[in-house]
Amino acid sequence: MKNFFEKFISLFIALLLPMLVVFLTIYFGIQRDEPHKAEIELKADRTKKSDHSEFKVLQQNFTNPKQVTAACISCHNQRDEQIMKTPHWTWEREHKLLGTGKVTKIGKKNIHNNFCTGAVGNNGSCMRCHIGYGWEDKNFDFNDPTNVDCLVCHDKTGTYFKQKSMAGWPATTETADEEFKVPDYNYISQNVGASGRENCGVCHFHGGGGNNVKHGDLEQELVNTTKKVDVHMAAEGTNMTCIDCHTTKDHNIMGRSYSVSAENTNRIYCSDCHTNTPHNDKVLDYHTRKIACQTCHIPVYAKKNATSMYWDWSVAGRKDENGGKIKEYDADHNYSYLSIKGHFVFDNNVIPEYKWFNGTANHFLPGDKYSELPVKINELGGKYADSTSQIWPVKVHRGKQAFDPVSKEILSVKLFAHKQGEGAFWEDLDWEEAIRQGMEYNEREWSGKYEFIATEATWPINHMVSEKENSLKCTQCHTREGSRLAGLTDFYLPGRDYSKWIDYFGFFIIIISLIGVITHATFRIIR
Amino acid sequence: MRKTGLYLYSKFERFWHWTQMLLVTLMVITGFEVHGSFKLLGYENSVRIHSASAWTFMGLALLSIFWMFVTRQYVNFIPSRANLKEQINYYMSGIFKGEVHPIRKSLFNKLNPLQKLVYFGLLIFIFPVQIFTGIAYMYYHYPQNPIDAKGFEIAVYTHTLGAFMVVAFIIVHVYMITTGNTIATNLRAMISGYEKEEDHEPKVENKENQENNIVNESNEA
Repeated sequence: MKNFFEKFISLFIALLLPMLVVFLTIYFGIQRDEPHKAEIELKADRTKKSDHSEFKVLQQNFTNPKQVTAACISCHNQRDEQIMKTPHWTWEREHKLLGTGKVTKIGKKNIHNNFCTGAVGNNGSCMRCHIGYGWEDKNFDFNDPTNVDCLVCHDKTGTYFKQKSMAGWPATTETADEEFKVPDYNYISQNVGASGRENCGVCHFHGGGGNNVKHGDLEQELVNTTKKVDVHMAAEGTNMTCIDCHTTKDHNIMGRSYSVSAENTNRIYCSDCHTNTPHNDKVLDYHTRKIACQTCHIPVYAKKNATSMYWDWSVAGRKDENGGKIKEYDADHNYSYLSIKGHFVFDNNVIPEYKWFNGTANHFLPGDKYSELPVKINELGGKYADSTSQIWPVKVHRGKQAFDPVSKEILSVKLFAHKQGEGAFWEDLDWEEAIRQGMEYNEREWSGKYEFIATEATWPINHMVSEKENSLKCTQCHTREGSRLAGLTDFYLPGRDYSKWIDYFGFFIIIISLIGVITHATFRIIR
Repeated sequence: MRKTGLYLYSKFERFWHWTQMLLVTLMVITGFEVHGSFKLLGYENSVRIHSASAWTFMGLALLSIFWMFVTRQYVNFIPSRANLKEQINYYMSGIFKGEVHPIRKSLFNKLNPLQKLVYFGLLIFIFPVQIFTGIAYMYYHYPQNPIDAKGFEIAVYTHTLGAFMVVAFIIVHVYMITTGNTIATNLRAMISGYEKEEDHEPKVENKENQENNIVNESNEA
């Protein structure tokens, strides 16, 4: 009996107790708490509504949308002054550029972009997305409050549209056509409200000439979508609209797009709702120090409709045998070639590229001379060694644009005109004349020569957050082969990186030990 | 089995040894998975198990330090030159000729000079370095803030190097188990606590030791 008891004690001490300790270690080690839930009260649920149909001022016979604006301001005191200070009106803001540190006005008004290259000089087409009426040319009056288009953002009827190519004007009795009717201003003005997805989306979804062309993570699909596409905006989910995150004070809307701005201000963070420790788990929450939420939680973008990934202007201008303009499509019915715009590559379900980003950016402005290729139309600031930088998913839009080989500047091109023969590229397909007029309108010098040069623009991805089950898995980054962060090499990433020499040395001593042990054992056996 | 033979390893020591053995094995497996050498338990599991094992390991280490000083058993681990040459000669030639171990074990001299050297290195150098770099690994991920430590690499590379050393130690250590008076002597001793009498040529001095040991054991109980 004693013998048995002793054996049991030995077994317990040397086997059962250690195994219990290790079991408990593993059991509690792999426990993971439920993530915190964020609470949100939708803006729509806390906005007071007043019945605008009762207001006499909105029952008058409007003949011009500017009269509607005047009617709005007659009650909404100072709203005009507020909005006229915002970049939605000015299309520029004074920002300090990364790199040179130059403080300058930048915005859609003056920057190059990597799509239709630049707005100024193409006002008829581009300024359709300005929140004003008739920014046709340099004579537009930025100080006239009745030039503000209240309706484009506040229409709740879904019947108000700015007409194509009309520099922000809706259709009038003279210009109305099949697609664009004269708006019913009484009906519309009596049914206004807080901006909905369609209001923001009409410009922010369709920039660059079509749905989802520019951003990649902002498109028509978000008007009525599923959790799979966007966990926040899904109708069956939280059903958040744009303004639930992009909150507004005095018409200044929170949020930053680094395609047009450069400073780390006015930003919206996931942590505003979700806190900095949303996972309720140490290992995962540590990641938030250096990894933006977006990196893991937006594993792909352009989840439904394709976005432009490549835009090569150098091949634009080709005509068919009859001298007509050509349209070609890829297998998914996205444009692959247009005579007026060149060659495109569109793609959906795109895996982002990843960059360090600290909320600052640089821009290649008109007049800047390139020194390296590709020309970075905009460039995000940040690196591992900067404690304010995080890894962000980005869409890198690549392409080729016209440049002046003498001055090494990107050229401004006149693309749009109402009709042929005015030198616009989209009408006449003549580069020389389009560049000459574009440069002249922008008051820039041109040597008379043009070539095409590789360019790229970087767009941080923020929308189309996936359900948590679909967020990135550890080994999509922490792996030696095919890591999503393979391009970011200025830091040590466990699982991806290792020292070749330490591994060689390690395996060497392991092999030496094995050989030593085996040799020794062999001698003992054959002695 | 009667309580005969030399009582070498107390209950705590045996528990410490085998728990440590399991934890170290677990940390080697999960550590090299995190290192990217292979895929076995899954990366996330490996990270979590590795960290948890490390905490248990550190707790056990504190307990063992306390125990060692209370029982004065730490003297076993202090390296000594005495008989070092003899011990090396034994492993290099004596063992092949069936000679007797040059060292007589006792409660306060249970390790041979080579073991002392190696275990001392492990306990005083490798383990502390692994613990220190491991804590850095867990808590100082981004060494630019607040103090610029010029990167995470130094801690990681040292930790990796230490891990290879531990693997090499395990290989040799497991083999050395078989070099007792019989192949199973050492293993049995670490389980039961006793080195069996029949494994020894009985000597007078040994008997004294043995008596001491038994007294010690009953005290402990």
